[in-house]
Amino acid sequence: MAEITMPKLSDTMTEGIVVRWHKKKGDVVATGDVLAEVETDKATMEMEAFDDGILKEIYVEEGQKVSVGERIALIGGDHESPSSAPVQKLDALPKRVVPAEKSPARPPKPAEVQQARQTASVEEGYSQAVPRQTEPASQGPSAVRVKASPLARKTAAQMKVDLAKLDGSGPGGRIIQEDVLTAARLTTSVSVGLVPSPGTESELIPLSPMRHVIAQRMVESKTQIPHFYLTVELDVAKLLELRAQANESLAATSGGKLSINDFVLKACVECLQRVPQLNSSFSEKGILRFTHVHLGFAVSLEEGLITPILRNAGQKTLRQLSAEAREMTERARTRKLKPEEYQGGTFTVSNLGASGIDNFQAIINPPQAGILAVGSVVKKPVVIAGDQIVVGQRLSVTLCCDHRVVDGAVGARFLQEFRRLIENPTLMLL
Amino acid sequence: MREITYRQAVNEALEEEMLRDPNVFLIGEEVAEYNGAYKVSQGLLDKFGPKRVVDTPISEAGFAGLGIGAAMCGLRPVVEFMTFSFSLVAFDQVVNNAPNMLTMSGGQFSVPIVFRGPNGPAHQLGATHSHSTEPLFANFPGLKIAIPGTPRDAKGLLKTAIRDDNPVLVLESELLYNNMGPVEDKDVELLIPLGQGEIKRKGSDVTILCYAQTVRMALAAAETLAAQGVSAEVLDLRSIKPLDLGLILNSVSKTHRCVIAEQDKPFCGIGAELTYQIQRDIFDELDAPVARVSQEEVPMPYNERLEAAVLPSKEKIIQAVYQVCYL
Repeated sequence: MAEITMPKLSDTMTEGIVVRWHKKKGDVVATGDVLAEVETDKATMEMEAFDDGILKEIYVEEGQKVSVGERIALIGGDHESPSSAPVQKLDALPKRVVPAEKSPARPPKPAEVQQARQTASVEEGYSQAVPRQTEPASQGPSAVRVKASPLARKTAAQMKVDLAKLDGSGPGGRIIQEDVLTAARLTTSVSVGLVPSPGTESELIPLSPMRHVIAQRMVESKTQIPHFYLTVELDVAKLLELRAQANESLAATSGGKLSINDFVLKACVECLQRVPQLNSSFSEKGILRFTHVHLGFAVSLEEGLITPILRNAGQKTLRQLSAEAREMTERARTRKLKPEEYQGGTFTVSNLGASGIDNFQAIINPPQAGILAVGSVVKKPVVIAGDQIVVGQRLSVTLCCDHRVVDGAVGARFLQEFRRLIENPTLMLL
Repeated sequence: MREITYRQAVNEALEEEMLRDPNVFLIGEEVAEYNGAYKVSQGLLDKFGPKRVVDTPISEAGFAGLGIGAAMCGLRPVVEFMTFSFSLVAFDQVVNNAPNMLTMSGGQFSVPIVFRGPNGPAHQLGATHSHSTEPLFANFPGLKIAIPGTPRDAKGLLKTAIRDDNPVLVLESELLYNNMGPVEDKDVELLIPLGQGEIKRKGSDVTILCYAQTVRMALAAAETLAAQGVSAEVLDLRSIKPLDLGLILNSVSKTHRCVIAEQDKPFCGIGAELTYQIQRDIFDELDAPVARVSQEEVPMPYNERLEAAVLPSKEKIIQAVYQVCYL
């Protein structure tokens, strides 16, 4: 007997409306069947059955609003009748499965023991003993009892491992400490089960601290931040012209040269001031909007990358930004940046134009809400006024946004502003 | 370090303490003229004379009581039971008079006595002469119990027991008397405190608790297990009362698995008490139930093969280690 409750279908959902039942009382239900349509605060979604059986009861009528977690239906076996007693929640009933190859305790022979020990140490970290997927249970509440040694329980609590999701390797399926440690290892190294053991065909390169941080933060970003991407192609003919002129006169006064990226940085700073929604950060309590623009720009290094921060960039001229970016890039490459010089950015620009990348999508650097991915300037045939095809200079950029913070229209407004500045670069000098 | 037998170690302890303190005397069956049923008191009659090395009739209750009375009067008797199976005849003296006198006399009479002799199964002595009496005596407050498994411990513990102001049982072992082991030279005062266990072999995967006869079995088992990649820590209790619980808990907290190798019967045996105390204090450190290896729950058979089947052994200890290590 499994009780179906109102599922939480979105982060913000607290209640839902059963719009339509696809099954009626007495219908046979198979796992995966659509039971009902549920309207949340965002959309109408189909709700599937997680178990086989018969739809014994429907507690909620079409159109009725129900809180998340409240019961809406009951699926049972053939001869079961609904009871008034509270029924265990469906997904809270893990089924214990003792793997078939594990025979009950038998006296081991020393030779076997030795072999087992050796295999165990060789396979450490690459063990096939992956944590079992939680399966919805079909049997009663007695199946919930988890057998684990006291030490395994203590270790699981410390390492935050859910014992219900493990298969015990001890007698009768008892979970022992080794099972918990193995599970903890596997969850911390996500794809380790698929990696062949290091040997003749591969080499294990230890994670540098920087690699480790990048891995951790990128996984955090990609799994927690709902990214969306907006791409525009910009006409940079005027910008290239202005840049050539500027560099000519700068050369005369022995000032540093301006790069295309300097203009991109300047334009980005301007846009962040005009569309401050992107100069923000998501938190559970609300959206933090920053009053200053601290613009990060990605610099690739041998062992990873780093994003020096142009602090209070809103108060800086194109030339100041240019000089600062050049100086920081140099110190980044020689690893001489201080922590406060690469921490605390509010937005990031990543430019792979110099590497010949036309266009790409970047991963947001949390807790920021966006990152601008900049490609290279390419000559290409373009259609101008009068439907004429001429050779044009184009730059493609992609704005990557955190959908929790901004929506598509806001991102588009940012890019409109960005286009206005890049395509009319003299505005940036004002 | 020189190597001597367990027998000689006990002999040296007696000799040294009798030389040190004229109040110390040895009394028991065959201890004098015959130099001891197991030759433990070899040469002592010649050295100390019949007033301090006293032969008795077969009368355990009598000479045990005589010893208690002498102790109450200020002497330090060492009462030898030819085997502790015979101490059962004197049970009342050992468990009633010796340990209770101090409290029942309101502190007027202490009983500084040592009861010693071989305890536990030997070779084919049959059901009535093979008793492991340690759990019987352990149940009586007021008795201290030392139970050495090596020559060094036998000497050091007996010397300390003789100097103790309370009744102490030193439970030796006939099967160990011929065992050789390193012991400090005679000019070194070897005193091993009561209530102090010893790690006889360091290990990390499992703790084997043992004492007396099971010490060498546990060490042999650990040796075999090491070749199989299992690292066993061998902890010799040395004293049952007082018990070195701290040492036990530290070791088991480290290895998370425990096998108790005891030479007594299983029901209400020493291992039952140890298991209780371990799970009471460090339940969360256990990765497996504590396993016990003891004698089988039957009267001791005379038949050699049946006797071997009843006794604890290296092989049984190894099996128990496999069990707690989930091998």
